[in-house]
Amino acid sequence: MNGTRLTVWEHMRSLGHSRREFLTFCGWIAAAAGIHGAGLNRVIWAMESKPRPAVVWFHFQECTCCSESFIRSSHPIVADILLDRISLDYTETLQAAAGHQAEQALHDTMKKFRGEYLMLVEGSIPTAENGIHCCIGGRTALDIVREAAEGAKAVIAWGSCASNGCVQAAKPNPTSATPVHKVVTGKPIIKVPGCPPIGEVMVGTIVHLLAFDRLPQLDSVGRPKAFYSRRVHDTCYRRANYDAGLFAESFDDENARRGYCLYKLGCRGPVTYNACAVTRWNEGVSFPIQSGHPCIGCSEEGFWDNSPFYNELPAFPGFGIESTADTIGAIAMGAAAVGVGAHAVATGLRKSGVRKEASGKGDE
Amino acid sequence: MARRIVVDPITRIEGHLRIEAEIKDGRIVDAFSSGTMVRGIEIILKGRDPRDAWAFTQRVCGVCTTVHALTSVRAVEDALKITVPPNAELIRNLMFCAQYMQDHVVHFYHLHALDWVDIISALKADPKGTSEIARSISPWPKSSPKYFAAIQQRFKTFAESGQLGIFANGYWGHPAYKLPPEVNLLGVAHYLEALEWQKEIVKVHAIFGGKNPHPNYLVGGAPCSINPDEVNAINIERLAHVGQLLDEAQTFVEQVYIPDLLAVASYYKDWGAIGGGLENYLSFGDLPTQGYGNPSAFKFPRGVVVGRNLNEVQPVDGTALEEIQEFVTHSWYRYGNGDATGKHPWEGETELNYTGPQPPYEQLEVEQKYSWIKTPRWKGMPMEVGPLARLLVAYASGNREVMEEINGVLKHLDVPVGALFSTLGRTAARGLETRLVARWAKEFYGQLLDNVKNGDTRTFNPQNWEPDTWPAEVKGVGYSEAPRGALAHWVVIRDRKIDNYQLVVPSTWNASPRDPKGQRSAYEAALVGTPVADADQPLEILRTIHSFDPCIACAVHLYDQDGEHRHQLDAF
Repeated sequence: MNGTRLTVWEHMRSLGHSRREFLTFCGWIAAAAGIHGAGLNRVIWAMESKPRPAVVWFHFQECTCCSESFIRSSHPIVADILLDRISLDYTETLQAAAGHQAEQALHDTMKKFRGEYLMLVEGSIPTAENGIHCCIGGRTALDIVREAAEGAKAVIAWGSCASNGCVQAAKPNPTSATPVHKVVTGKPIIKVPGCPPIGEVMVGTIVHLLAFDRLPQLDSVGRPKAFYSRRVHDTCYRRANYDAGLFAESFDDENARRGYCLYKLGCRGPVTYNACAVTRWNEGVSFPIQSGHPCIGCSEEGFWDNSPFYNELPAFPGFGIESTADTIGAIAMGAAAVGVGAHAVATGLRKSGVRKEASGKGDE
Repeated sequence: MARRIVVDPITRIEGHLRIEAEIKDGRIVDAFSSGTMVRGIEIILKGRDPRDAWAFTQRVCGVCTTVHALTSVRAVEDALKITVPPNAELIRNLMFCAQYMQDHVVHFYHLHALDWVDIISALKADPKGTSEIARSISPWPKSSPKYFAAIQQRFKTFAESGQLGIFANGYWGHPAYKLPPEVNLLGVAHYLEALEWQKEIVKVHAIFGGKNPHPNYLVGGAPCSINPDEVNAINIERLAHVGQLLDEAQTFVEQVYIPDLLAVASYYKDWGAIGGGLENYLSFGDLPTQGYGNPSAFKFPRGVVVGRNLNEVQPVDGTALEEIQEFVTHSWYRYGNGDATGKHPWEGETELNYTGPQPPYEQLEVEQKYSWIKTPRWKGMPMEVGPLARLLVAYASGNREVMEEINGVLKHLDVPVGALFSTLGRTAARGLETRLVARWAKEFYGQLLDNVKNGDTRTFNPQNWEPDTWPAEVKGVGYSEAPRGALAHWVVIRDRKIDNYQLVVPSTWNASPRDPKGQRSAYEAALVGTPVADADQPLEILRTIHSFDPCIACAVHLYDQDGEHRHQLDAF
């Protein structure tokens, strides 16, 4: 596999980077991937000994928000990941080649690095009518994704489209938009949901693979624990307002102007697992709740059908911050997926956390 | 005999686009544009709360990530008779401007530049020469020979690694590349700088909308509250951050984007006579200065230019049933009363009728139906939309600011007015309007600060927010100018839910197949006559297509898998 390909350390050295800069970079990588303490040495070892891995990035039924989010990643060297850390051999959004030459680049990589390349998928795959609703180069997305997955080492499902179908899979899902894990089997699949996912979360997931040559720890539905194990509600800086019963009753009312909790305006933070409230967006500038809009739960399966978005969640499982997605995830996500189902599942759960005054206002 | 070539996928765009072109004697004699992916967002919208529609329609496109949300809230506000407070209008304008700057810069450097800049040639450049050129066209500080030498070394190592990644299999060395190695190196350096910069300006979206891509919008205003005395709201720290970002953006546009654009354009003046295509231009206008209800005071004016006549602007009315209509003669849909008729979006029908070849296929049946994109027409005429259309409508409207910009660049490049109607004209127009928008953003920012200073902090109008205040049935239309051109959404709300929702988007106008009269839309028309030096390396096709900045996920959205569901709207 090594051939003439350079390891990351060799590559950086050839670019004139010092050992100190290299170690700093490893530190960034480790931080981005959520690796601490002694783990850093393993990152350094990995960067010294591994060549740039071949990566192919597919676009199916999507809006390209994931690609856009990826290029928003803000770490100083990680922003250069495209050029220096991975070899992104196929991506319709950025690659120079088009048409036959683009397809050739893809097939060269699939052949040359069979069993080694990393496959990234942005978008869902339509399965109705033999997949005619998404064709590239005259072939269906379904055909392409199955062929490419054969030789992939691992698959990353970018965003909610590839992880759970997202908007095109909302009722009535006209094209039978299907997430990757339902059409690809026998390969490790990492889901990085969100519409889009946070840029640093996307890069962090890749660098974890790069550093350790193995998957990050995943939760029961296949998401990296580092980014998806905490509810937005439990990590929200406005949580104290919730606990104190301080709520905005309308957009831009006196309470909204004081930054009170947005629960009554429909916030989905209590049923959403994501890093928004901690990592935040766009180099930590803000996240939806900080900018006054309720979380719409965009990383949760079925969130589009857990609407109207501005209706208050009637009730939800009220667990403390000691809980993670794995311990209560199945129940909470089920609630998110079916929307008003939150009514039912909340009933038997820890009473102290369930808002008793929830009226179900406008629930229909 | 003409040779048919296929370019699929067209890369460095948003979405899935296929071009089939017939080439004879080194020129394109006919061309066919096809959208090959559909999702069905409008069908999914039916029955939902209209206040949620912005979020659904925003996911039509993550590249022009704000424009559908903006257009959607305008359509719903039009239907529900909601006027937003001045601050909300200004915040929307600032987000609009930030989007333009980010989107146009990314288009120029990351989607379009590789059609003009040969990065492999940059390896042969003398960094000193690049430095001299850079310093002669701009005061931008990153211009030392050492800096360009480092960039060159970086690329050299990259190329020698044997893994060219996103640059693999490009048309490097193609005879149509005309830049000297030193200018190519400048392009490579700024490709990287622009990649770094683009993530900065969108922080304006994060501040007002919580995140980017896909910031939050709100029917009735803006979701963020302004409170100068609160850390949890838009306060002076947040506003100062916005001001800083706008300053830096304007500097980047003025010192990097515009000088690069002019420098590159000066080597490709022949492209001022290629790729003109249609002669009609449509703009809905945008950037209100006296409220969205007063289009005559928009920064970008509304109107239509027909036959390249810059002495006249015709009014456009999206509510007039006979003006804007969509056709499906060559699209995979069926109309109840025959495929030769056109339908206004308020009377739209969408019934699947896929008649194309079963994949895998080599060629589409272009005499029949060949795209998921419908074909819109204004009074039966095909229209080009986008930056060029916006500026031409403004020019023809007598907008002094726009006229000065256009005349300035024509003089700088020493090309005639006719050069505007071309591939080069389109690419130049995008840069010029970015410069205007960077300037206007600071006006809007100043007005927002003034309002706050004068005690007006309102960002939301709660009137008619609650569904029980809504009439049983209302309809609305929202207009905008997306970076790629004229955009409109039509909504019908019945019993507090969306009864029908239709979008006619920029790339529907530009990328659509032929109409029943056989008239080509903008992409197809612009490709005819384009020279192609090597049919196996159709770089020239990419130049003209990329000059429109395709956004195909937007364009294909109307469809129903089972063919059962027909969008039928009662005529009003």
